[in-house]
Amino acid sequence: MHLLDFLKHPWPWWIAGPMIGLTVPALLLAGNKAFGISSSLRHICAACLPAGIPFFQYDWKKESWNLFFAGGIVVGSWIAVQFLSGSQSIPLDAAMVNWLHRQGIHDLSGLCPEDIFSFDKLLSVRGLLFSVVGGFLVGFGTRYAGGCTSGHAIMGISSLQWPSVVATISFMAGGFFMTWIILPHLLKL
Amino acid sequence: MRLLKYSFIGMLFGIVLVKSQVISWFRIQEMFRLQSFHMYGIIGSAIMTGMVSILLLKKFRIKSFTGDPIIIPVKKFHWGNVAGGLLFGFGWAITGACPGPLFAQIGGGFAIVIFTLLSAIAGTWVYGLLRTKLPH
Repeated sequence: MHLLDFLKHPWPWWIAGPMIGLTVPALLLAGNKAFGISSSLRHICAACLPAGIPFFQYDWKKESWNLFFAGGIVVGSWIAVQFLSGSQSIPLDAAMVNWLHRQGIHDLSGLCPEDIFSFDKLLSVRGLLFSVVGGFLVGFGTRYAGGCTSGHAIMGISSLQWPSVVATISFMAGGFFMTWIILPHLLKL
Repeated sequence: MRLLKYSFIGMLFGIVLVKSQVISWFRIQEMFRLQSFHMYGIIGSAIMTGMVSILLLKKFRIKSFTGDPIIIPVKKFHWGNVAGGLLFGFGWAITGACPGPLFAQIGGGFAIVIFTLLSAIAGTWVYGLLRTKLPH
């Protein structure tokens, strides 16, 4: 029962980080696959709506392992929430709580603020901005950058590739700029 | 199905993403507001583990289970690494999710994130459409 108790608590970074890192050799050993997730979005485009665009003219079925991997993430996160109390609230820094309250975000339970991400709010300006525009930037930006946090920051830097270091610095720079300069205005909408 | 092994690895990865709260919007906010070490610890130790693993795989010339020597694709620099990286950074801070956590949030029961994922797919599609016109 001790193990189950442990599993049900939030996992500390020093357990989670190495486990995420082990995905790199696991995929290489399983079949010479480079860890990365954003490519799955490209394969979905190639499979569902290639529309004659050269970027989507390739044999996506050869890359379908990536879709199976993404599907596994959906299943795993479902398991974690259903059986391992994965959706419990997290203790937030007091400064963070104050800041969020000032921004009109009061419900701090769960993993995403209901005040922004919910079906009720989806058609509000703020809801559209956070869900739809934000998602668009994630999909457009990762493909333009040639990878995401997993493909560049973890796989790329792990394999000592400097373009991935540049990409990761850019991710962080974009994130800091958005969080500090733009986001406070967006939250007021 | 020989591809199910990738689903299995993805499943373990998804469990870790949820249990370590990487899929939490609040955690990503904390990271960018420098209020918590948690995300830096996760990404940093994931990189270190990946790096040591790759060094060991190379040093001992370990082959993949399919019998092939391990090949790591080379990433060539282009300016999209910077421009696209910044745009993705904007989206990461807004949605609190990179592509992996998008899938994990949906599996975790946040049905609303299906719209975020569809938008991300649309973003990828528009990139494919405009690719030749964008600076790289």
